[in-house]
Amino acid sequence: MWISVVLALTVLPAMFGLSLGFTDLYIKVLVKTLEWAALRIQRAQKVPAVPCHLPNGIIQKGDSSMEEEIVELRRMHPHPLTGGNFTLCDTFYFCKKGIESIVEDQVTQRFTSEELASWNLLTRTNNNFHYISMRVTIIWGLGVFIRYCILLPLRIILAATGLSWLVIGTTLVGILPNSNVKDRISDLLHITCYRICARGLSAKIHYHNKENHPKKGGICVANHTSPIDIVILANDGCYAMVGQVHGGLMGLIQRSMVRSCPHVWFERSEMKDRHAVAKRLRDHVADKTKQPILIFPEGTCINNTSVMMFKKGSFEIGKTIHPVAIKYDPQFGDAFWNSAKYSMVAYLLRMMTSWAIVCNVWYLPPMSQQDGEDAVNFANRVKSAIAHQGGLVDLSWDGGLKRGKVKESYKEAQQKMYSSMIVGISLKPSDMM
Amino acid sequence: MGSRASSLLREEDIEEIKKETGFSHSQITRLYSRFHSLDKGENGALSREDFQRIPELAINPLGDRIINAFFPEGEDQVNFRGFMRTLAHFRPVEDNEKNKDPNSGEPLNSRNNKLLFAFRLYDLDRDDKISRDELLQVLRMMVGVNISDEQLGSIADRTIQEADTNGDMSISFSEFIKVLEKVDVEQKMSIRFLH
Repeated sequence: MWISVVLALTVLPAMFGLSLGFTDLYIKVLVKTLEWAALRIQRAQKVPAVPCHLPNGIIQKGDSSMEEEIVELRRMHPHPLTGGNFTLCDTFYFCKKGIESIVEDQVTQRFTSEELASWNLLTRTNNNFHYISMRVTIIWGLGVFIRYCILLPLRIILAATGLSWLVIGTTLVGILPNSNVKDRISDLLHITCYRICARGLSAKIHYHNKENHPKKGGICVANHTSPIDIVILANDGCYAMVGQVHGGLMGLIQRSMVRSCPHVWFERSEMKDRHAVAKRLRDHVADKTKQPILIFPEGTCINNTSVMMFKKGSFEIGKTIHPVAIKYDPQFGDAFWNSAKYSMVAYLLRMMTSWAIVCNVWYLPPMSQQDGEDAVNFANRVKSAIAHQGGLVDLSWDGGLKRGKVKESYKEAQQKMYSSMIVGISLKPSDMM
Repeated sequence: MGSRASSLLREEDIEEIKKETGFSHSQITRLYSRFHSLDKGENGALSREDFQRIPELAINPLGDRIINAFFPEGEDQVNFRGFMRTLAHFRPVEDNEKNKDPNSGEPLNSRNNKLLFAFRLYDLDRDDKISRDELLQVLRMMVGVNISDEQLGSIADRTIQEADTNGDMSISFSEFIKVLEKVDVEQKMSIRFLH
């Protein structure tokens, strides 16, 4: 009997997209509590109220170019050399840039969780905050109890419910012959499952500009922070997922999903063949009855403070791109999946023991490749639009630097630029970094 | 995880580093956080690989030499004290006004010490002279494959000729200082640390 009550309370509202208002109330109480805690921490800190990890960084960098800096260095040098402009102080420029990058660089910070300006009462984000007061500690302790003993079991049950619903439901629907009815039921099934999962994370998602929602036969691209991005986006519409075939539980879910509506799952060996990948994606979008594909062009999870290089593959297919920007609020829980540090299971447990997942999703107007624009420039244009909307830093660095080495060609470009300052070699525009 | 980073740094250590380098309390804790985030092996010391993981440094033509400057002779681990000592060379000279201690000797970020840092980038064998070979090596690092050996050689020769006053075909530290006496070393070899 209890089971049916639980099922009724979770599944039915999810099916109809209604909210019982629990999450909203919870978030309101949470915000008030965190504000109170922040005030107490500020009062108690002996060091003046400047948090140790400012969002604007440790150093202030100038933004002049190599040429400007070296010319200025040389202006002070006694006699400019003829037929070859080198001065001993040229090294100062590279030296300073090198030390600056050691103190603070734009890339390595993107692969670890964002630092918070004020503690949000989670042990895991406690960087510099020592014992403040009895009251704060009590609230923190209460928080631990609530999160681990009340919320966690509840959320695990919800997640399990949602996933089993999906697996069982899609398998049953798969039996039906292809028809409009089948598609509608399949969509409903998928959305319900994702809604239940979202509740399982206490997710509060705010969708903006719904009129730009990706249409069938299009490609949806978004910035990537964690596997939860899929749940976040799929709460508001159905997408065809793209990804590698997995084994185990993931594989089971993948196989059942594909029974009720088409997704694009690749074998590992297929992923290496870029043409085969492009062809399958192209075939999928060509069919206007199929749901839009969801792709994360960064190729890896980034910590939601920036958008890194978009791989051009998805932008070569030649269809309308629907960009989507996702921004999580780090105050309530850190959504970033640091796959070097945490396995998927450990990550999900962390998610389920956070306060909540609060995020904003912006649907941007569709963009297409312009005449004479190549895939790389198109990708960069879309990336800038997403970064601008989400308030994220727009970087050209490759997310693959999380694991791999940077290409030699970047160093070579700098060497070429410097050489031109010494002997006046003319530079072609393509040589510029 | 970085969550216990600053609790590993004791107040006494911070005070000592403050005295030795001139950095403020908050600057030291923030730089410790940075040190900790670079220390992938979590063993309290950085190796050369830890530095090379920084893409902006890996693409710097003088990257390897700069990394070298952190490691004392023959060692391949640098602890936080050593890290701070090297970074202290790049503190702006104006910041010294607050910590005027007459007994502390020449601060690490004096003009002289900044020039010495730059000199040591060239003088790999630490014999207090920049030989023609050493100069060529640094030049080659900065220009890559874009300039021929002959051209580079003549640039090196001219540079030594300009600076060498005692005719020993190499540049000593005092000759180095003399050539660069009009250059605003204090500004060009300083980084603006936020408080």
